[in-house]
Amino acid sequence: MDFGLTKEQTLARKMFEQFAEEKVKPLAKEVDAEEKFPEENVKLMGKLGMMGMYFPKEYGGAGSDVLTYAMAVEELSKKCATTGVILSAHTSLCASPIYEHGTEDQKKKYLPKLCSGEWLGAFGLTEPGAGTDAQGQQTTAVLSEDGENWILNGSKIFITNSGYADVFIIIAVTGTFLNKRGRKQKEISAFIVERTDKGFSVGKPEDKMGIRGSSTCELIMQDCVIPKDRLLGVKGKGFQLAMATLDGGRIGIASQALGIAEGALDETVAYVKERKQFGRSIAQFQNTQFELAEMKARVDAAKFLVYRAANKKNDILTGKIKGRYSVEAAEAKLIAARTASDVTRRCLQLFGGYGYTRDYPIERMMRDAKITEIYEGTSEVMMMVISGAMLR
Amino acid sequence: MKAIVCVKQVPDTSGNVAVKENGQLDRASMAAITNPDDLNALEAALVLKENTGCEVVVVTMGPPPAEGMLRECIARGADRAVLISGREFGGSDTFATSQIIAAGINAIGVEKEDVVFCGRQAIDGDTAQVGPQIAEKLGIPQVSYVTDIEKDGDKLTVTRALEDGFMKVEVETPCLLTCIKELNEPRYMNMYDIMTAYEKPLQVLDYPALKDDPLIETDTIGLKGSPTNVWKSFTPPQKGAGQMLEGTDVAKQLAGILANKHLI
Repeated sequence: MDFGLTKEQTLARKMFEQFAEEKVKPLAKEVDAEEKFPEENVKLMGKLGMMGMYFPKEYGGAGSDVLTYAMAVEELSKKCATTGVILSAHTSLCASPIYEHGTEDQKKKYLPKLCSGEWLGAFGLTEPGAGTDAQGQQTTAVLSEDGENWILNGSKIFITNSGYADVFIIIAVTGTFLNKRGRKQKEISAFIVERTDKGFSVGKPEDKMGIRGSSTCELIMQDCVIPKDRLLGVKGKGFQLAMATLDGGRIGIASQALGIAEGALDETVAYVKERKQFGRSIAQFQNTQFELAEMKARVDAAKFLVYRAANKKNDILTGKIKGRYSVEAAEAKLIAARTASDVTRRCLQLFGGYGYTRDYPIERMMRDAKITEIYEGTSEVMMMVISGAMLR
Repeated sequence: MKAIVCVKQVPDTSGNVAVKENGQLDRASMAAITNPDDLNALEAALVLKENTGCEVVVVTMGPPPAEGMLRECIARGADRAVLISGREFGGSDTFATSQIIAAGINAIGVEKEDVVFCGRQAIDGDTAQVGPQIAEKLGIPQVSYVTDIEKDGDKLTVTRALEDGFMKVEVETPCLLTCIKELNEPRYMNMYDIMTAYEKPLQVLDYPALKDDPLIETDTIGLKGSPTNVWKSFTPPQKGAGQMLEGTDVAKQLAGILANKHLI
């Protein structure tokens, strides 16, 4: 599939492939089995300029583009989906909203350190009672009496990168207002919270089915005091900011799902050539061939959607076109996530009994794939976004 | 001050080695990579750049597509590249190649504090001759099999790896070092240098550009200037499985087997 990659994109992809093969793949099993956050590789990714790929150089970014970023998540996820999501959450959910909605001071303060990998980013929207129903936020932010600080109270759950993150985008309720129909509605805003802020703490990590090395914890804010200039974007526009941020995040997760599926296919192609039954390699059986063919076609279809969404976001970000990319991102995530789950399950079937053991990576890939149908908007939410635009 | 790094594009011998019917290596059907030892040479030059702020120039002789490899070297941190390319240079053996590359390095210019870095040997020919021959033709000192480098002004203290130990040598610049993989771990390309890789200068030196150098004569370059001619290259037949002898009379058994094969 030729997306007309530029020379720079081609070089970048080669670097990602080498890095993933030599540094990420050897750790993947341990990252999963021991729930080990791959700290050293994340630091190295910072050095290689991978932690701020599509932000301008003036903010410490690489000055590249969204497709290059998507390809980085894809290549990492071929070998280790945990490493892929660390990059995705950091870039799409933390650095990106600061770049897109932050003040000049906020961008100058946070982006260089996020882009260099000195700081890791995270995003807190989900709460125990606010999952898909993200408007059901309970966390509050109240301006202090002297008007100098915001005081945050509440908790967030399932926050990717949280155990190691330094900067968090936190969504909270800042008041109520009457909507067009005269109903009382929550006013939601976004804030930048630092790990060292008073009253902020990170809870225990979740014991997860997949992406086990990824750090997923609860965030607790108990009279957490932050200066007033930490408000991100416009007060009262936090829900829109969160939804726009998730549109970008979905491109990252779609890239992760795509990478998982491709990685599983790579492993399976190698395995079916080696594995012999009935006196010949199982690659010689037509069932194997048809399975591989269909999976490859589905993976390429997903890739098309993911790259299209990445390129559209880039065109919007660089002012080339106006509009939104919500539908493209939702289509990419819906299809890539489904493909990842489907392909890893079918690949495991081709591995047979060996695939069910932890001696081979395919069961890990199958466990890792499932989350892509859930986080940053479930597949059902993706369908709501797509059909919503169709029926508007 | 410059670090000049000689690099070569070679077929990836970790995959399938393809040989044409006439016994020559089928380079077209094999993936091209940067010769691994040359990446150690580049890394040494980039470390020198970090320590001294010197300029890193990568140079190769090869067909025009070798530009891709040079751009990758820039994406790892080199400042500019020189591609020596021309039909007249085709078919060169190590002697002729070193004539041409030395002329290319003369064109770049070698100054007092400059260091030329080469990989120990290329994985296609495995001769380890080109680096030392370039030094001879440039008339500068050379140290081969380098595992450690310390720079102090116009002197380098260099450690060489020998079969049975190490040798520490002091050498004055300009000089040429051939590097081995134990010297360092080559860095990856990085996004910052990738984004400017195609903006940095790449100079092509063809035959007309080099022909006035005394090293370049019609009988010192190309096929004509090459004393070596490859007659055939082939994959050596694999050794058969060994046979283990057991019992108290293994010497007798062995003698019997060797006698049967008329070896004793």
